[in-house]
Amino acid sequence: MKDQVRLTIDGREVRADRGSSILAAARDAGITIPTLCHHPDQRVKALCRICVVEVERSRTLQAACAFPIAEDMVVRTRSPAIREARRTVLELIIARHPLDCLQCARNLHCELQTLAERMGVREANFHRLDSSIELDTSSPSLVREPAKCIVCRRCVEACQEVQQVGVLFPMHRGADTVVGTAGDRGLLDAVCTMCGQCSLICPTGAITEQDHTRQVWEALGDPKRHVVVQTAPATRVTIGEEFGMEPGSIVTGKLVAALRRLGFDRVFDTDFTADLTILEEAHELLHRVKEGGVLPLITSCSPGWIKYVEHFFPQLLPHLSSCKSPQQMFGALAKTYYAERAGIDPADIHVVSIMPCTAKKFEAGRPEMTASGYADVDAVLTSRELGRMLREAGIDFADLPEEEYDLPLGISTGAAAIFGASGGVMEAALRTAYETITGSTLEVLDITAVRGLDGIKEAAIEAGGLVVKAAVGHGLGNARRLCELVAGGAADYHFIEIMGCPGGCIGGGGQPIPTTNAIRQRRIDAIYQVDRNMPIRKSHENQVVKTLYAEFLGHPLGEKSHQLLHTHYQPRERYPA
Amino acid sequence: MHLYRAHVLVCAGTNCSLKGHRAVRDALTREIVGRGLGDEIKVVETGCFGLCEQGPTIVVYPEGVLYCRVKAEDVPDLVGIHLLKGRRVDRLMYREPTRPVAVQTVPELDYFRKQVRVVLDNCGVIDPDSLEEYIGHGGYTALARALEDGPARVLAEVKASGLRGRGGAGFPAGLKWEFGAKAPGPIKYVVCNADEGEPGTFKDRLILEGDPHRILEGMAICGFATGARQGYVYIRGEYGLSISRLEHSIRNARELGLLGENIFNSGFSFDVEVRFGAGAYVCGEETALFESLEGKRGEPRIKPPYPTEVGLFGRPTVINNVETLANIPAIVNRGAAWYRSIGTDTCPGTKVFTLTGDIVNEGLIEVPMGMTLREVIYDIGGGIPGGRRFKMAQTGGTSGGCLPESLLDVPMDYDKLAAAGSALGSGALLVMDDTHCIVDVARVFARFFLHESCGQCAPCREGTLQLHHILDRFTAGRGSREDLALLGRLAKTMAGASLCPLGQSVPLSIMTTLKHFEPEYLAHIDDRACPAGTCRPPAGGMKPAAAGNGRRGY
Repeated sequence: MKDQVRLTIDGREVRADRGSSILAAARDAGITIPTLCHHPDQRVKALCRICVVEVERSRTLQAACAFPIAEDMVVRTRSPAIREARRTVLELIIARHPLDCLQCARNLHCELQTLAERMGVREANFHRLDSSIELDTSSPSLVREPAKCIVCRRCVEACQEVQQVGVLFPMHRGADTVVGTAGDRGLLDAVCTMCGQCSLICPTGAITEQDHTRQVWEALGDPKRHVVVQTAPATRVTIGEEFGMEPGSIVTGKLVAALRRLGFDRVFDTDFTADLTILEEAHELLHRVKEGGVLPLITSCSPGWIKYVEHFFPQLLPHLSSCKSPQQMFGALAKTYYAERAGIDPADIHVVSIMPCTAKKFEAGRPEMTASGYADVDAVLTSRELGRMLREAGIDFADLPEEEYDLPLGISTGAAAIFGASGGVMEAALRTAYETITGSTLEVLDITAVRGLDGIKEAAIEAGGLVVKAAVGHGLGNARRLCELVAGGAADYHFIEIMGCPGGCIGGGGQPIPTTNAIRQRRIDAIYQVDRNMPIRKSHENQVVKTLYAEFLGHPLGEKSHQLLHTHYQPRERYPA
Repeated sequence: MHLYRAHVLVCAGTNCSLKGHRAVRDALTREIVGRGLGDEIKVVETGCFGLCEQGPTIVVYPEGVLYCRVKAEDVPDLVGIHLLKGRRVDRLMYREPTRPVAVQTVPELDYFRKQVRVVLDNCGVIDPDSLEEYIGHGGYTALARALEDGPARVLAEVKASGLRGRGGAGFPAGLKWEFGAKAPGPIKYVVCNADEGEPGTFKDRLILEGDPHRILEGMAICGFATGARQGYVYIRGEYGLSISRLEHSIRNARELGLLGENIFNSGFSFDVEVRFGAGAYVCGEETALFESLEGKRGEPRIKPPYPTEVGLFGRPTVINNVETLANIPAIVNRGAAWYRSIGTDTCPGTKVFTLTGDIVNEGLIEVPMGMTLREVIYDIGGGIPGGRRFKMAQTGGTSGGCLPESLLDVPMDYDKLAAAGSALGSGALLVMDDTHCIVDVARVFARFFLHESCGQCAPCREGTLQLHHILDRFTAGRGSREDLALLGRLAKTMAGASLCPLGQSVPLSIMTTLKHFEPEYLAHIDDRACPAGTCRPPAGGMKPAAAGNGRRGY
């Protein structure tokens, strides 16, 4: 039995685990205390002071989120003094927060707005003292609007401790305190990986994705353009949340239907090129093992991870798979293979991606991603932006029928779907590598050792006398640990999968808000359900991929693959000039 | 040992050095050597005498004659008349405002007669750079005694003394040590808080300048009693002289084995390092200090846990103010009963104050706890200069409260000042005469906090901004009764909801000015008039002042 203490909250006797905060004990007792800076996955910060309560014999009010309960403690969560303090603090914050809620990306999804509504703030007693800090729109992925920052520092923890990138931190002091970058650089000129975890955790509109909906609306409205869309693996289990559906709702068919109704000419699937990535990458691995190439091979699907390793561990670039990410492979094929088959001038094809990711916007703009003579991808929309477009179009997402992807680039396997969760690329690659090496059928497809939210996961698969040692890391903090092992020569893995965001793409920086670890887990469960539901669950059994090789590419790692599907990387400075 | 027939003590405290003590010292040395008196008369640089306003000051012993505002040009007379002919140089002698006659010697001064010097015992007496002089005055005997007595007895003695923390909060030092001693774990720390940021406070600086070994000895005793082997002095980076004396003293103490491994062959090892602050007021708050000392942004931590459980580098840490530690050697040597004979029942011992503002004797004093404000201001401080009228005194620095004339007879200790709505705090005592506008004074307080809030918690970060804004409106003749009500609400929220003592104490100084001088506020609001006549023209339409470095516009 756990060690419990007895205390009184609002006159009621309550039992709770020793070491709990007042906030948790009250919550368990059905008493809700309002919070603002609090986040279930983060360290307690206790700096917004909205959750203050009275603790008997305490000289001042105490923050419920931080104050530990004790035996016989007497707590009041409601009193005139508490009400006044909470409202005063909230009014103080609002007195400097821009009131352009109507135009804000977070309108109706803002924690400050929600709190103000909940506390019934109707007056503005304090003088408005507006901040006038400039927007940072330098990044192709993210927009920072420091005037809307309430300095809760969640993004700082995400950037410094979870991702260990350390671009964002509090600067200056007192009323001048602002979360910013060293030397006030724009995010583009900092070592920002564009992962967007900051935008995912920001309670207000201070950090948001770069909005590319306008150019997609324009493309859709242009009769000369042939607009094709691809949907990333993780988006089929998350978009529903934009419409109030439960986390973990599988909405693949509805997503296809919704995109068709928006007016896309073809609705294709990034899962198709995920399967293709597996073929290329599995062969790359086998090639390196056989030929004594650089090992471990490290995956390259996650553009936040790629930018991270370019900045922080440029010496490890030879370890990276030269495979483009599925998004970029898709774009390259859409403007070559598909254009040829459909008889459309690639200049008229506009490729739009629906991605769980803000870094994908940066990736799409990388100069090397133009092997066909055209940009592989023309516009990237995050899950959140697609949600906005569908709402604007009045598409009632939850009630849509299920529809199928278009041929040919809409055909995929269960192995591709699991790209959306950390460990999925590894699992998919091992399914293919095993059968390629041994020539025999893999009986148990589920490689559960690489699944789930543990920071670093390891697996060893015996295949034809070779023990393939694999490691999986997600979130850049875990990536750093793996990089340090590899850089120090202490990693005897053959293959490492790294995803820039915690949980992989289902927890990506472009996903619906809120994204918490509990929600991540439900999305992960859903993505493996998608895999189980698929008739084919191995990438090398994707018939369209086979056709693609037969008709167009030749064979994995062939010349055409090399030209269209592979890329190179560039070392970047830690402290860019 | 060489005996001199006379010693000339030159105050080398920061204030006297700002006023040019070096020129006086050099001239003295030159003159004495030049006249062949080098074997008979010794020039000694000491720490602060306390009479900062009168600097540069020197005292000539054996008579103890005090000379004030001495310049290099005065030196030939001092040597020629006093040291050679045995007569006093009248024109340089101190004159007490209450008595027209020139005062003869140090013991005769009212300024000194009412003082009791425990912490400042050696200040202005010994050469602070000389470990030998410190030992000659009983230095390090307390450490030796402690090592013989054992940690339990030392702890019991400090507890019994009733010594309360001199940094401002007045927490019982012995209790804190006991928590530290009981905390489990092989690594513990002692930290000396010398981040003296309270405006108008310079006692820790002058103690460190005048008697640095006393602090090191106090720290070593604390380390012995609590089980720590390592001490840190976190000191304001601006305190150049304190830093160099401290570092010099640490080196000397190590050379003699008074710090370092196996002190006095007792098996006890203890060493001290000096770390510099970078100018943030909030780093005087103990947990913000730890953050800064660890190399991070100086911001207070959430409490609990308290430093004695989780302190510096996550280890149990006893953190004491300079003055607290300076009391320790005397308590160990002379006992708790002796210590309790000084001061009041609940606040034994002495308190060092720094007198600033509209007071004749600006400077450093040490008096028994419980002396009234009136005695300190008039008997020791010499009253208000220029025949002006006393308006108010602020105790405890900018985070302390303001007291009007009607409260001049409040005995000054932690409890009585708190009961009077103020705080003893760090021992700053700022006196203001009737030429000051109370609303403008409050605005200046608010401006200080606006500049010094660390920006971590919302009530303090946003509250200091609004507080300053409202007070600025008052002094610009644009305030309203609604603003006044808002000020009250803001004050209550900041005091109750802020994360750390900085934000919690912001309202104290401001709200005590309102409490005691409300009519003056109302004159600004209702009549658009400043009774003291110092506020800007009421119709001036002043813009709110920009804060900080102006990164954010308001």
